Amino acid sequence: MLPQITPAAPGDRTRPARQGPQRGQARAAVLYLLPTAVILLALLAYPIYQLVVISFYDYGQPQAAGAAPLVFLGFDNYVTLLGDPQFWDVLGATVVFAAVCVVGSLLVGTALAVLATRASPLPRMLLFLAALGAWATPAMAGSYVWLFLFDQDFGIVNEVLGLEGHSWTFERFSAFGLVAAEVVWCSFPFVMVTMYAGIKAIAPEVLEAAALDGATATRTATAVILPILRPLLMIATIQSIIWDFKVFTQIYVMTNGGGVAGQNLVLNVFAYQKAFAGEQYGLGAAIGVVMTVLLLSITGLYVRTQRRAG
Amino acid sequence: MLRRAIAAAAIIATATACAPPQADTSGDGGDRTTGQLKVWLFQETSNGPKEGVVDQAVAEFEAAHDDVTVDVEYLPVDGRASRFNGAFNDPDSAPDVAEFGNTDLAGYVASNGFADLTGDLEQWADAGDLVPEVLDTAKIDGRTYGVPWFTGTRALYYRTDVFTELGLEPPATLAELTTTARAIRAAKPDLYGIAVGGKYLFALLPYIWANGGDIARRDGDAWSATIDSAEARAGLAQYAELLRPDICPPAQCAQLTGSQSVAAFAGGKAAMTIGGDFNRAAVDAGAVKDDYAVVPLPGTAPGEIAPAFAGGNLLGVFGSSERRTLAWEFVQLLGGKEYQRKMYAAMGTMPTFADVQDEIATDDPFLAPFIETVQAGTRFVPATPAWTQIDAQSVLPTAVQQVATGQQDVDTATSAAAAEMDAAFAGS
Repeated sequence: MLPQITPAAPGDRTRPARQGPQRGQARAAVLYLLPTAVILLALLAYPIYQLVVISFYDYGQPQAAGAAPLVFLGFDNYVTLLGDPQFWDVLGATVVFAAVCVVGSLLVGTALAVLATRASPLPRMLLFLAALGAWATPAMAGSYVWLFLFDQDFGIVNEVLGLEGHSWTFERFSAFGLVAAEVVWCSFPFVMVTMYAGIKAIAPEVLEAAALDGATATRTATAVILPILRPLLMIATIQSIIWDFKVFTQIYVMTNGGGVAGQNLVLNVFAYQKAFAGEQYGLGAAIGVVMTVLLLSITGLYVRTQRRAG
Repeated sequence: MLRRAIAAAAIIATATACAPPQADTSGDGGDRTTGQLKVWLFQETSNGPKEGVVDQAVAEFEAAHDDVTVDVEYLPVDGRASRFNGAFNDPDSAPDVAEFGNTDLAGYVASNGFADLTGDLEQWADAGDLVPEVLDTAKIDGRTYGVPWFTGTRALYYRTDVFTELGLEPPATLAELTTTARAIRAAKPDLYGIAVGGKYLFALLPYIWANGGDIARRDGDAWSATIDSAEARAGLAQYAELLRPDICPPAQCAQLTGSQSVAAFAGGKAAMTIGGDFNRAAVDAGAVKDDYAVVPLPGTAPGEIAPAFAGGNLLGVFGSSERRTLAWEFVQLLGGKEYQRKMYAAMGTMPTFADVQDEIATDDPFLAPFIETVQAGTRFVPATPAWTQIDAQSVLPTAVQQVATGQQDVDTATSAAAAEMDAAFAGS
């Protein structure tokens, strides 16, 4: 679903309904919202509630199996977590990694969207097919394909570059860079399709008027096209931030669970390692709660931008 | 109305679940004598021979018991933790009989996962022939929770063709092993001097033990890490010395596990490796099948053998089993002498009964270095549930990797590992 591009529409349209307090309409609204509410409560609210509860307990495998008594810890798991230098290191790495992925997918996606508007139909179709192929590839398959491409002994990349035996996943930055490239590869199509639709939706009259006023191509781009696209760009950015902050599969598969000595951990994989590999479900839940709070703040930002744009 | 519904739902949720869920283990499993017996075994790299032996046992068992079927499922070893934990947390999805690694035992027992078989073993005449050190790996606090099915011991595999060509002898000490490995890579730069890895814990442990150290010490009920002792540090440093560009370059070897190290050797990429008796099939299927030999991993002085890790798998009865007697009978059959002999014939796994070991050792020279290693004395990892956590969080491999990549020196890396281990010991 593409967000509204032209300002104003949704708010204006719903306002009369809200102002006229007719019981029938309110009931209809409840009925329409009910299925969503039930699904959200069952699949989102309840698990998050359990996550928060578990994060307050010393909850490991013996406790889950009912072989050891539950001990309420209060905020001890959080104190342990926030006092762990590794957590801050991982958090920092996650932020930088997500930022690189977001900027990368926005740049590549927007550039290719612009290219698509200029290209003739056949190349454009091929470009879209390629992009949709990348988009449709499951993260797991994509990660393995990239690993094979960059394999130190048999990878085609090393063969072409003549770097026989060079390991791309050994150094911390090289490994993060490789994973980031894969993440950009599988998430730029969303940006591209969104921006392409946005550019296509700009009324030709507006561009014509700009041309008649004697605006150069650069000026048209910065003073006409970009302002019109800004809400879309904002939404694509925030969506990408949320996605890239939550990256799990690519890191887990491509760096073998977090890289040499855990150097390539991101928050999601860190939580998995603590909770499921280390069987410290309580501590893992605390990491989950911290991540949820961080992402909710970003989502709050998203909702606010959308409302301001609307 | 919606708001009221949400409020009501919230109240119900709060009232019904104020604490995390726990499995109900109060009910006794019961002891039915008919129906389906569920069995979990591990999936081997080439599973065919194992399935053949197990199928025979199943057929024999089903013929001897009316109205009993046996359903065998093969689990991948890597994903075992989630399957076993799931079975402990939800007894309905648990099997009756399972094969499991002896290092996992302490954690499983802490979850009340397996039935205490101490009494059953006392009634079983053959149990007296089990090798005592091996049976010890099935015990926690004096209670026995499984029948050792086979053991796994590691020794030094080396390439006879390479050693002959370069005029080398198998190393007599660990220090000599390092110089030999270095010399081989200098002469043949496309070979690793020895294939070992940062994630190969069971190759690291003999180095620590041979140097007189250990990873942890037990005082009564409490454990404390000793990986930061001078002896353990010397062992870890000596092992990490192998992960150097002039022996086994860290870019390739820092992430290698045990089976990957053996695979590199089997594929002809290394002049030596540390491998188990159970790796024989993998090496024989590789490029070097006619050009290798095995000797015990040497100790620090000539004539010594580095203490090996007493690996092995057990067969146990799930605590939640509704067919406890049937399950125990199946364990006696599959874990008994006859089927251990068949497993050895099919898979090359080393039996756990002393008399069966003696039978096969006389006419299988391949097993000699492994039996020599076992008889020189084996060691084990800390038998505490905390070990599961230490193992799962790769505390020791991380220390090795940090040293091998030069991120940290030996003292800093082992001190950090000791702190993490102590935290795990304190938490359980």
